[in-house]
Amino acid sequence: MSVDILMPALSPTMEEGTLAKWLKSEGDAIASGDVIAEIETDKATMEVEAVDEGVLAKILVPEGTENVQVNAVIAVLAEDGEDASSVEAGAAPEPEAAASEDTAEEDDAPDVEVASQPEAAVLTDPAIPEGTSFTETTIRDALRDAMAEEMRADDRVFVMGEEVAEYQGAYKVTRELLQEFGARRVVDTPITEHGFAGLGVGAAFGGLRPIVEFMTFNFAMQAIDQVINSAAKTLYMSGGQMGCPIVFRGPNGAASRVAAQHSQDYAAWYGHVPGLKVVAPYDAADAKALLKAAIRDPNPVVFLEHELLYGESFPVPDLDDYVLPIGKAAVKREGSDVTLVAHSRMVGFALEAAEQLAGEGISAEVIDLRTIRPLDTATVIESVQKTNRVVCCEEGWGRFGVGAEVAAVVTQDAFDYLDAPPARVHQKDVPLPYAANLEALSLPGTEDIIEAAKAVCVGL
Amino acid sequence: MANKSKTAGKSSVKTSKKELLQYYRDMLLIRRFEEKAGQLYGMGEIAGFCHLYIGQEAVVTGMQACLKEGDQVITGYRDHGHMLACGMDPKGVMAELTGREGGYSRGKGGSMHMFSREKNFFGGHGIVGAQVPIGTGLAFANKYKGNDNVCLAYFGDGAANQGQVYEAFNMASLWDLPVVYVIENNQYAMGTSLARASAEVELYKRGISFEIEGEEVDGMDVNAVRAAGEKAVKYARSGKGPYILEMETYRYRGHSMSDPAKYRKREEVDDVRSHRDPIEGLKGELLEAGHATEDELKAIDKEIRAIVQEAVDFAKESPEPDPSELWTDVLKEVETA
Repeated sequence: MSVDILMPALSPTMEEGTLAKWLKSEGDAIASGDVIAEIETDKATMEVEAVDEGVLAKILVPEGTENVQVNAVIAVLAEDGEDASSVEAGAAPEPEAAASEDTAEEDDAPDVEVASQPEAAVLTDPAIPEGTSFTETTIRDALRDAMAEEMRADDRVFVMGEEVAEYQGAYKVTRELLQEFGARRVVDTPITEHGFAGLGVGAAFGGLRPIVEFMTFNFAMQAIDQVINSAAKTLYMSGGQMGCPIVFRGPNGAASRVAAQHSQDYAAWYGHVPGLKVVAPYDAADAKALLKAAIRDPNPVVFLEHELLYGESFPVPDLDDYVLPIGKAAVKREGSDVTLVAHSRMVGFALEAAEQLAGEGISAEVIDLRTIRPLDTATVIESVQKTNRVVCCEEGWGRFGVGAEVAAVVTQDAFDYLDAPPARVHQKDVPLPYAANLEALSLPGTEDIIEAAKAVCVGL
Repeated sequence: MANKSKTAGKSSVKTSKKELLQYYRDMLLIRRFEEKAGQLYGMGEIAGFCHLYIGQEAVVTGMQACLKEGDQVITGYRDHGHMLACGMDPKGVMAELTGREGGYSRGKGGSMHMFSREKNFFGGHGIVGAQVPIGTGLAFANKYKGNDNVCLAYFGDGAANQGQVYEAFNMASLWDLPVVYVIENNQYAMGTSLARASAEVELYKRGISFEIEGEEVDGMDVNAVRAAGEKAVKYARSGKGPYILEMETYRYRGHSMSDPAKYRKREEVDDVRSHRDPIEGLKGELLEAGHATEDELKAIDKEIRAIVQEAVDFAKESPEPDPSELWTDVLKEVETA
């Protein structure tokens, strides 16, 4: 009986990878635990160990093949006593075929996969001059480029956090910064969030411009006293003397199947606090331009990234120094019937929802808040005055959330324009479960937004 | 591992008559200032939390004498003494206590939250232990910039049990940061005695696991503080890393103004006052050495009282902050290129 060797998932979010190298050849005997191949994900190069014993009968995916889907058959192993040469090799699906299978699966669980961007309809920031060329860049690299550019421009800027240097970043956002800037400016810390957040605050008081990376914002709860009591409040408490120019950044929100303690959206938590700025970008251009702005800002900035977006590519303008002001929302798609307000990963779902709603005769305008604090209420109000309906979308819990705040602002400032009460789309009011089906039920997605939009558009 | 020792005997640092008289003035200023602050609190001029430094004056006075231009000081909320030792204007400190426009934080910080960029005093922190990583960060900035400045990070015996203190110890030692941790062991964390809260009561040993040298110092003797401080600051300044000084000291007043101090006997306080008082001790030394006469010391006392009275007058006369101040200093303006 032959055994299929499958493309393994090497991280919770890996969906495909490059089969970089075969370390065994057809006909080689393989023992359990032998390293048989090397696989590159977007984060790292990993070794693949054999689980079963036998003889490598057929290699179905040659080395150097890109975009090999997780669970695709990459080789076939002949077990003891079996004639390797007689093993049938017809089982390997083409990478493309596997990709379409994946997409089909995800239609059942729209929350897990980021919608492919409906490019034609998505607006770029008006700050980008006409005729600018663009380069497709992952969010991960856009963030990295932002840090590298600012570190080149200002020696006071340094980055510290767990695994940011030698390991090249737990999510590879600080990849190659150590090589360019050295250990003085790319500082690996012990696993001690409370301590290094406070140390960062002190370094900022002392005239530096720290970028403090939290491996995820879930761990920043250990450090939240320093973020709020020390970083956010000291300017006020010192009558304007002190100031704390620091960026706290890292992935925020739900990852994939990592359960309650590693899956939480902190936008509302930090958005509550005067003295902080809170940024939560969606696409790569905004991620880069706003991180550069955050690093230059004389105030503490909480910069919320999304792990599930790190590997997503978006066009980034080829400009030498692309910086956007913090505190400005963006109209990502124009529409006239309903305003979908979202931030971070939910913007992708809102755009997808708008595309589908268009097919059903509903014209949705999509606003990417980009900044949570200060909240760009003017852009939201202006839109609602035009559409008369609003759906507030966020990945986090609804109670006392960002959407609750947006709904309150709209109700207060555009009450007479509303044709329906503001609707909210958000995570279910439970800790995030592990089981795939429960996780999908808990997290909001495109379908929820469509449903909410249709509900406020009844009678349109 | 190097020594973890109690300082043996008297100081080896030679202090001049001029220096000793200056310590006397500095300690007396803190004492009289704090007595007045306590009085103003009773009169309702000062509100909220107010933690007096009376009894501990030798610690900041002796340590400050070890610093040079650019060195930083940071502490917790029992901070009036540190500010005066740093050379901050008593008028501005007192006016902050009364919540007035003329205060160091323009009335927006109060007793526990005052700062002076000019004097390199970085607060005044109200969360127990939070100043320890922050002070370590100031030291990180010194090393990053390549200067030879040192940060003094003060905290109490209560804060010595906070987790973030040890996170900071670890990084300071790992990276050889120029910071001196000054533990002001005044024997009580609010109402809980050291023995009731700490498994290891010899706090100078708390750095052993992090390879940080520590010493116990008589914090009621300004000369002993100065001697230990010189050694510790020199060590940190030379790039060898952090150093811990545990100052054995005592606060005469309650934890804060609302503390009835039922957790200790009156006799215990009186005993320290009559046998270990830092100001009386130095006074005796000055007289014995012939550095000053009773009359000369009385004249200094009179002068200090006048300075404190001037601060009180200023703090009462300074107006409350303008209502528009409510909205200022929340965020700094972003400079546009």
